[in-house]
Amino acid sequence: MNSDYNSEYIASSIEKDTRLDDRKLEAYRKITLETGVTKNAEGSAKCKIGDTEVMVGIKLGIGEPYPDSPDQGTIIVTAELSPLASPEFELGPPGQWATELARIVDRSIRESKTIDFKTLCIKKEEKVWMVFIDIYPINDDGNLIDASVLAAAAALKTTKYPKLVKNKDDYKIDYNEHATKKLELNTPAVTVTVSTIGNKMIVDATREEEKAIESRLSVALVNGRIHALQKGNTKGLKIEQIDQMLELAIKKEGELRKLLPK
Amino acid sequence: MKTYEKRKGNRKFDEMREIRAEVGVIKSADGSAMFQIGDTIAIAAVRGPRELHPRFLQNPQTAILRCNYDMASFSVPERKRPGPSRRSVEISLVTGKALSQVLDLAQYPNTVVDVFIVIVQANAGTRCAGITAASMALAHAGISMKNLVSSISVGKVGDKIVVDLDKDEEDFEGGATDIPVAMTSGGDITLLQLDGEITKPELMKAIELAKKSCEKITEVQKKALKDFYKEEK
Repeated sequence: MNSDYNSEYIASSIEKDTRLDDRKLEAYRKITLETGVTKNAEGSAKCKIGDTEVMVGIKLGIGEPYPDSPDQGTIIVTAELSPLASPEFELGPPGQWATELARIVDRSIRESKTIDFKTLCIKKEEKVWMVFIDIYPINDDGNLIDASVLAAAAALKTTKYPKLVKNKDDYKIDYNEHATKKLELNTPAVTVTVSTIGNKMIVDATREEEKAIESRLSVALVNGRIHALQKGNTKGLKIEQIDQMLELAIKKEGELRKLLPK
Repeated sequence: MKTYEKRKGNRKFDEMREIRAEVGVIKSADGSAMFQIGDTIAIAAVRGPRELHPRFLQNPQTAILRCNYDMASFSVPERKRPGPSRRSVEISLVTGKALSQVLDLAQYPNTVVDVFIVIVQANAGTRCAGITAASMALAHAGISMKNLVSSISVGKVGDKIVVDLDKDEEDFEGGATDIPVAMTSGGDITLLQLDGEITKPELMKAIELAKKSCEKITEVQKKALKDFYKEEK
């Protein structure tokens, strides 16, 4: 009941170009990115967007390559939506939303070729590096997608290999030894999620706004080029709307990108 | 028995690692707290008292306390597979037992109080850090409480009785005994576990050391809670 009332109020405000927190429709909340936030990870970052907070840790492990790509490592992205972060999350195996979030982050990294998987090869056909990218929201106040992609990109930027120990034909990792070699990266994508209410567009929806919006489009971008898309929510989009949403996403890319560590 | 000569960073045998505590770290929760001891960091969120579903689980006499302890996959050197394990289920259980005595749950019939603990960085003593953070989060949530609960691990490393074992000490090749203890600020022991080998006099000495240390932690908890309300003004 209460949330329906809120949603109606939020929607009618946005129709009049106002938001509950006085932001412009095209404005993000304050964003902060911090790296090196947990010591046992090979790379880590925390992204805060307003009251939303997401922690991403990168762990490197050894695995066997897929038969169709014998000289390539891979990335494995998971999102753990702990009920710590939101009254709407529940304990148990990853649900649809956790899976969607993880896959959106996966594709933003994979499709932008942020990591050349061939650089993850240890020994062709036998051993490759597996890059585990684990997303832990600490507090959900909306826009977990953009925050998670940004945190993942920042965490990757700080990732260093652990020490690889060769033992005859086998490889092991010595996590106690600090490595010096950094993960080789191309420019990572950042993702801008644009949401619609009527014919208005907003970025960076809060959790309450997310309940009021009709449609959303998440756009993974590298310097204006589109690498992944995900349309969410039930309301369909007109082609002209998609045009405008992409334009807005492209306009906002630089604002997010400049927060990433060098 | 191997002698244990010197702790990392010249820490005394009865000295805890550096402690940091903060309340109100998760905005969407009814209560929340962070507790750091050395390189171990726990965060805790309290949600409730809230309606309990399914309804047949409700108790008209009291609220039910549910605790969940979880380690982030990247909190340890070798990646931990996400999701519960036998270990985390047991720790969740003993965490609830450690906390429930101080709570006046009868005030909230038919409801549930959920406590979620996530370890974001681990270097031993994680269940104790989790309990200490959870106790602060419960106080911050305004749940009616008679006392705070603080928790620390003590034990025997080689031939020495020590407080707040780190990971290297837990793995000491000369043998280590790890004893997680929780204590209410009224002096009742609400968590007591032990892995290893120890004589009764040594154990009693270790528990005394835990008591002294828990009293110090309680002061840190109180300060963090007071500081939060100072900032609110």
